[in-house]
Amino acid sequence: MTAVLEARSLRVGYAGKRGSPTVVLDDLDLSLRAGELTCLLGPNGSGKSTLLRTLAGMQAPLAGSARLLGDDVRRIPALERAQRLAVVLTDQIDTGIMRVADLVALGRYPHTGWGGRLGPADHACVRWALAVTGAAPLAQRNVAELSDGERQRVLIARALAQQPAVIALDEPIAFIDVPRRVELTGLLRHLARECGLAVLLTTHDLDLAIRTADTVWLLEVGTPTRVHVGAPEDLVLQGAVGRAFHSDEVAFDVTRGVFVPRPSAFGSARVVGDGLGARWTARALEREGLVVVGAADHADVTVAVLHDGAEPRWRLISPAGDHDLHSIRDLLDELRGLLPVLTAGSVR
Amino acid sequence: MARTAVRLGPPAAAGGAQPGADPPRGVLGLTRPLVVAGLLCALVALFLLTIAAGSVTIPLDDVVRIVVGGEPARPAWTTIVTDIRLPRAITATLAGAGLGVGGLLMQTLFRNPLADPFILGISAGASLGVALVVLVAGSAGTTLVGGLAVAGNVGVAGAAAAGAAVVTVAVLAVSRRMTSPATVLIIGLMFGYAATAVVSVLVYSGFGRFERIRAFIAWGFGSFGGTTWTQLRVLVPCVLVGLVVAALLTKQLNALLLGDRYAASMGLHVARARTVIVLAASLLAGVVTAFCGPIAFIGVAVPHMARGLLRTSDHRLLVPAVVVVGGIVALTAGLVAQLPGQDATLPLNAVTSLVGAPVVVVILMRLRHASQAVVT
Repeated sequence: MTAVLEARSLRVGYAGKRGSPTVVLDDLDLSLRAGELTCLLGPNGSGKSTLLRTLAGMQAPLAGSARLLGDDVRRIPALERAQRLAVVLTDQIDTGIMRVADLVALGRYPHTGWGGRLGPADHACVRWALAVTGAAPLAQRNVAELSDGERQRVLIARALAQQPAVIALDEPIAFIDVPRRVELTGLLRHLARECGLAVLLTTHDLDLAIRTADTVWLLEVGTPTRVHVGAPEDLVLQGAVGRAFHSDEVAFDVTRGVFVPRPSAFGSARVVGDGLGARWTARALEREGLVVVGAADHADVTVAVLHDGAEPRWRLISPAGDHDLHSIRDLLDELRGLLPVLTAGSVR
Repeated sequence: MARTAVRLGPPAAAGGAQPGADPPRGVLGLTRPLVVAGLLCALVALFLLTIAAGSVTIPLDDVVRIVVGGEPARPAWTTIVTDIRLPRAITATLAGAGLGVGGLLMQTLFRNPLADPFILGISAGASLGVALVVLVAGSAGTTLVGGLAVAGNVGVAGAAAAGAAVVTVAVLAVSRRMTSPATVLIIGLMFGYAATAVVSVLVYSGFGRFERIRAFIAWGFGSFGGTTWTQLRVLVPCVLVGLVVAALLTKQLNALLLGDRYAASMGLHVARARTVIVLAASLLAGVVTAFCGPIAFIGVAVPHMARGLLRTSDHRLLVPAVVVVGGIVALTAGLVAQLPGQDATLPLNAVTSLVGAPVVVVILMRLRHASQAVVT
C-alpha cells in the first residue's frame, strides 16, 4: 500500500490574534493510503474538520507538515495541488441556474486553459465521473432541484472530475437518510478500490464507519487529544472506540458494536425465546432502561416471546402475575405500570 | 516517496458517442442561439431608433445611410446624427453594458443577488466627487448651468471617477482583511451612507449658488445625452477595458459560483481574483457614473434578465448576454425618457426604476417557480 498523503509531527489549530495559538491536535503522524477508505472519526468538536482542512492544504499547520505525493501540501502551486487532491465540503452551494453536468464540468478547472473551454478529453472525463458515481441520470437536472443525497453524489462526481489521487470529504453523510448514507459510503469505498483513490472522510457516524472503513483514524478527546489508527475492529478490541465516545449517558456494547443508553436503576429483565422477535424485544427493554440479563440469571421480570399462534405474543411474567400482550408497545406500557411497584423495595 | 500519482480517469475508449442530450434551452423553450440572435436584432433596432427619435425625427433609412457614411435627404441631419444622436446612442449602449457587467461581477463575487457596484458605495463616492467640484470648487460654475448637459464638463467626470476610485480602494483595503463577502458588502454600504451624508451637507449648507445645486441635482437624475466625441474618447476605452477583463475572467467567475473555498480547492487564487473583479467593476461603474450620472437599477437587474432569458449561470454565456441586454435596457430607457413626440424629457433614473423594477419582480417570481435559482 502506498501512502499518498502523510503528516509528520503535525500540529493543527488556529493562530491566535496575539501570539497565543489555539492547538486543536498535536504531534500527529498519519499516512493516508491509496485504494482505501479512511474514516476520520471522533465526537463533535474533536477537531476532525480542522485536521481535514490542514491535510488538504486549506489551512496552515501550526507546526510540522503534510506531504501530498511527496511535496508539502502548502507549497504545491494551487493548480497542481488541485490535480492531486479534491474536496467535498460542508459549504452550502448556490450555483443559480446550473445543470448537474455543468457543475461536474467545473471540476475540470485545473485541467483547462484560461477560457475554461472543455476539450473532448474533458467531456469524456465528465461523463466518466457522472457514470462512475451513478449520477448520470441526474446530468440534465438543475442543481438546485437535487435532494441532499443526490447533491452529495454530484459533488463527489465533481471532485472526481479533477482526477485527483486523494479525495477529502468533510461530513459528507451528515443530514442524509440512513439508506443513502450506506449507498454513499459504499460508493466511496468502491471508488477507492477500483480507481486506486485515497478517500478520507470525516464523520461522527460511528456505526457506518466501523462497517465500511478500511482504516479508522479515531480522535479520543483528552489532554492531549490522541489519535488511534487501525482497522475499525482493532480499535474496538483495544477499547479505543468505547473510550473515545465515552459518556455518562451511553456505553459502548463491544459485542454488538453499538452504543446503548446506560441502564438506569429500573430493574432487570430476562428474555426467553429466540430469533428476531427476542432480539428486538431485548432492545426495547434496554431502551426502556432495563438491564437485560442472560436466560439463566435471576431477573425482576421475565418476558417470553411466544410464536404458538398466527401472531406473536409476549408473556410478561412477574411476581405480580402473568400478562399476555400482543405488541411490544403494549408490553412496555404494562411494564411502566409494573416496575415502580416491583423495584420499590430494592436497594440500588 | 515515489510520485506514483494514480491518474484516474475514463478508460481510453470512453471518448465515444455522446448521449443525444437535448440542447439547453433559454426562455420560452427557444434554443439559445435563437435567443441570442433575437437579442442582437433588438439591440441594433433600438440603436437605430435612438438615433432616429428626438425633437427632429429622422427616417430610419436616412439614419442607416448616415451611419454607413452616405448622404441623407437633408444635409442638416448628418450634423444632428454625428454630433448628438450617435454619441448618445453609443453612450447608452456602453453605459448599459458596463453597468450590467459590473453588476454581474459583483453578484457572483459576493454571491448576493442584490449586489451591484452601487451597493458597494461606488456611486455615492462618484456623487461626492461631483458635489465637491460643482458645489465647492467654483471654477466649473459658469459652464454648469446647462441643465442636463452638466456632465459635459470634463472636470466633473474626473471628479466622479476620482470619488468612485477612492471608495473602491477603501472597500478593497477592508476586503483584504475580511473573509466574509457579506461583511465586505455591508462595509461598502456604510461607505456609501457616509459619502451620501457628506453630499447632503454640501447641498444643504449651500456652498454653491442656486444654479450649481440645480446642476448637481440634474447630474443626479442621470442622462445619456451629455457626452461629446471628446468624452467618448475616455468612456469607450475605459468601458471596453472593463468588458474585456470580465470576458477574460469567465472561468474564474464560474468557479466562484461554488463559493470561495471550493474555488480555492480547484486552484483559483481567490484574493487575487477578488481584487481584479472589484477593480473591473469599479472601472465600469465609475466611468459610466461620471459621464451619465448615477443610474439606478440597470446594474442589479440586467444580470437577472440575462440569466432568465438564457436560463443559465454560466459566465461564458452570461458576460456577452449581459452586454447585449444591458445595451437594450439602456437604449430603451433612454428612448422612454425622451418622451417621443413631446418637448419635455423625464429623468433617466425615474424611467429605469419605474419601468425596470416591475420587470425584475416578474422575472424573479417566474424563476422561483422554475428553480430555486437566483434568489436564495
